[in-house]
Amino acid sequence: MSFQTTTSQTVGPFFTIGFDRLNKAELAGPGISGERVTIAGRVVDGDGKAVPDAVIEIWQANSHGKYAHPEDQQTKPVEPGFQGYGRIGVDENGRFMFTTVKPGAVPGPGGKRQAPHIAVSVFARGLLLRLVTRIYFPEDSGNAGDYVLNLVETARRGTLIARRTAAKDTFEWNVILQGAEETVFFDC
Amino acid sequence: MTNIVGYRRTAPGTQPTHLHPAYVSSIKRAPSKPLVFMPHTLTEVTGPLFGKETIDLKACDLTRAQSGEPLGERIIVSGRVMDEDARPVAHTLIEMWQANAAGRYLHKADQHDAPLDPNFAGCGHTLTDGEGRYRFVTIRPGAYPWRNHHNAWRPAHIHFSLFGPAFATRLVTQMYFPGDALIPYDPIFNCTADEQARNRLISVFDWGNTIPDRALGFRFDIILNGREATPMER
Repeated sequence: MSFQTTTSQTVGPFFTIGFDRLNKAELAGPGISGERVTIAGRVVDGDGKAVPDAVIEIWQANSHGKYAHPEDQQTKPVEPGFQGYGRIGVDENGRFMFTTVKPGAVPGPGGKRQAPHIAVSVFARGLLLRLVTRIYFPEDSGNAGDYVLNLVETARRGTLIARRTAAKDTFEWNVILQGAEETVFFDC
Repeated sequence: MTNIVGYRRTAPGTQPTHLHPAYVSSIKRAPSKPLVFMPHTLTEVTGPLFGKETIDLKACDLTRAQSGEPLGERIIVSGRVMDEDARPVAHTLIEMWQANAAGRYLHKADQHDAPLDPNFAGCGHTLTDGEGRYRFVTIRPGAYPWRNHHNAWRPAHIHFSLFGPAFATRLVTQMYFPGDALIPYDPIFNCTADEQARNRLISVFDWGNTIPDRALGFRFDIILNGREATPMER
């Protein structure tokens, strides 16, 4: 027997009714190992206007590069208090912010390691499908050889790399849904 | 080296296009550049899992006593979550939310001039059982007007959000009701080219799960991406 995946539909404008319960903007509590980082940004539309009814979801490895999931068979430590999941709604100006630990490198295609990255899902009114993207970190020596970054044309790669800001351990990373500076989204 | 078995991609036409101009909100929000195809890596074949400890067992009953009973027609919405190979997706989180019987959401941005129901919050969640089954008790949501175009009305629907076993299986969708006269006019329902795929969003009236003298039943099965057949070395 064979089925087809159910058709996606938009979250609509009122998703907070169903989503708020699992909101999580601080992914790593005290005692979780790793370098604390804050990532902040905006979700904007094709006119550069704020999208006030969007939500992003985060999935990442811990600082050792281990996912809290049974299919990650690496012999690296799992940290019981770190799930690697986050869900952050935007405010009326399209702004979001979350804090976490910088993930470690994880295995990638061809036996090469992937540079530290955070997987992101974007949902919003007007999006009929989830958008999938990634956040990488600037100045990471692994970026140049990263398999997924190298799938992307050089000129657009920067949309996936957070920028260091003047604030300590704080990075800026934006979701530009449409236009010349459009964020790279993946067919995933 | 790590052998990663990825998840299958959806059949052409069975999912919406990002840009569907009849749904006006998609015009300025849909990506304009082609998506970059990404083979699944360890990142995509893992994903957040939510266990029993994260669940309120009562949250599958949206009619559970507040100060009184919610208004409207009590219904049972149940079904199975499976993958494309008909394997049950066991113990996976389902979140759902909906308007009340009058077609009003408990949300500050909902300006529809219809009454709120103090006994109905309109959100629930549950885990599927070992066979992928789930069951919600709720009330039938009302249709409501929206501003997409002149005299636009959304057909009655319930929003569903599922995680499945991996980042790659995340799905958000909407369930509709059989025989709803508004369905053919709804740009959100009609955003998918494949008619059969669209129609699978319409639940089936379900005598077997009605509760005599209490509630009517509707069945809505949900299919998540299945696994690729052949392990590929990546």
